[in-house]
Amino acid sequence: MSLLDVIGPVMVGPSSSHTAGACRLALLARYTLATVPVRALFTLHGSFAKTARGHGTDLALVAGALGYAPDDPRIPRAFEQAGRAGLSYGFETADLGDVHPNSVRIELWTAEADQPSRGVTLLGSSLGGGLVKVFELDGFRLEFTGGSPTLLVRHRDAPGVLARVTRVIADDDVNVATLYCARRRKGGEAMMSVECDRPISQAAADYLLHLNSISWLRQIPAVMSAASDGAHVASATSDGARTEPRS
Amino acid sequence: MTLSELAAARTSASAAVLADQGLSSDELEALLDGMRGRLQEMRDSIRRGLASDAASRTGMVGWNAKTLWEADDALESPLVRRVQAYAMAVNEENARMGRIVAAPTAGSAGTVPGALIGVADHLGLDDDALVHPLVLAAGIGEVISKTMFIAGSTGGCQAEIGSSAAMAAAAVTELLGGDAAASVHAAAMALMNSIGLVCDPVGGYVEVPCVSRNAFFAVHAVASAQLALAGLRSVIPPDEVVQAMASVGRMLPPELRETGEGGIAATATGRRIALELAR
Repeated sequence: MSLLDVIGPVMVGPSSSHTAGACRLALLARYTLATVPVRALFTLHGSFAKTARGHGTDLALVAGALGYAPDDPRIPRAFEQAGRAGLSYGFETADLGDVHPNSVRIELWTAEADQPSRGVTLLGSSLGGGLVKVFELDGFRLEFTGGSPTLLVRHRDAPGVLARVTRVIADDDVNVATLYCARRRKGGEAMMSVECDRPISQAAADYLLHLNSISWLRQIPAVMSAASDGAHVASATSDGARTEPRS
Repeated sequence: MTLSELAAARTSASAAVLADQGLSSDELEALLDGMRGRLQEMRDSIRRGLASDAASRTGMVGWNAKTLWEADDALESPLVRRVQAYAMAVNEENARMGRIVAAPTAGSAGTVPGALIGVADHLGLDDDALVHPLVLAAGIGEVISKTMFIAGSTGGCQAEIGSSAAMAAAAVTELLGGDAAASVHAAAMALMNSIGLVCDPVGGYVEVPCVSRNAFFAVHAVASAQLALAGLRSVIPPDEVVQAMASVGRMLPPELRETGEGGIAATATGRRIALELAR
């Protein structure tokens, strides 16, 4: 966490956990989807479920799905903006289990929602002061915070995949902060989240994506602190790899 | 870094916070630039908040800062009035879904600018003098956040407004020439006297009691700085005060942690307002 996350973020009110944090979680889902969603479903848990409307959590979640950062002045008008952007959205409440009181399940779909790879399901918590943590992505138990650029890789659970990915990151002279791996079953589909001190190069991302054992890759930009002040969603540069937006 | 390590620093507390970050000179300059930007954003939100009497989304708040700012100074205490008005200006902007700086949260966003910028304007100090105190405020918040989640839903209002008051108290103390020990003890005394505050917003909106609470705790922070600058110290070591607050936070029932089901929110009028707003 940077000191600018404590005195910050610069944000549209009224709540750092329920507005800015909610917006960031939806923004992380939006980056993971890497294209414009047409449908969004938000399942609210705990304090999120109880006080969503009062805190503009509903507006902030839709704003994040639209790619708006927490300081975007369009957040109060997110519902109208969604209508204009062709995004339909819904809210439900549920008990998501033994998780932080400010937790949400975010499901985003693109136009081809019948194909499972064209949607994303992200579970995350807003920890206070605008800090967030993703704890599940598409059914895989991972952990990342949006505090650093994060590399997401879907791959086959096979010997050496982790070594190859970290080798490529190392050759790119990028330092790894955290790394989580999860698999559905032995030898089956697996996913890793790698928080890095900076994004890996386009060439490194392209190389990884061409490996047989890797089926999908995303570079999620940092959504915290100064790095994200005034950030916006960058256009995808290829199916997988994306550049970090800065403005 | 612990608060007692910070209090023992031979440099100013903010210099110790910066040293602890382990930044390159480029990163340090970026951080200080970021803090200057935060100060400007804080000033902008104060200016907008003092000038506006537009109601918030619910209509419960929106004119408090302007009304106080334009009222007669009944106590003949311009510092107190200024600090209160600045703090409420920020939180009323927040309640209108305006642009503010969370410090450390949005619900407590008025305390640090209210106290720090309020004192600086009262004394005619310019913003350059506020950059390092603001760094210290962030450093205090960072240390507290390692022990407890800074969120009303986990720790009650004490975690939000108590932290903001501690941060502001340390910043004001350093601004006025206090050394590291004085600054950290100002934070500890502010925190100790915030323990137990519950999070009970009416209807779940960050308005009542949040807006006036920022006015009170901005003054609370200034009062704490006054004690520390006079040489008073917290008997309980600062880190233990943080632990005590975290432990009280864990004891708080969910009704008193930002669910809108206890305290002021659960009064007859609070419930009636919540029902009307839900329609």
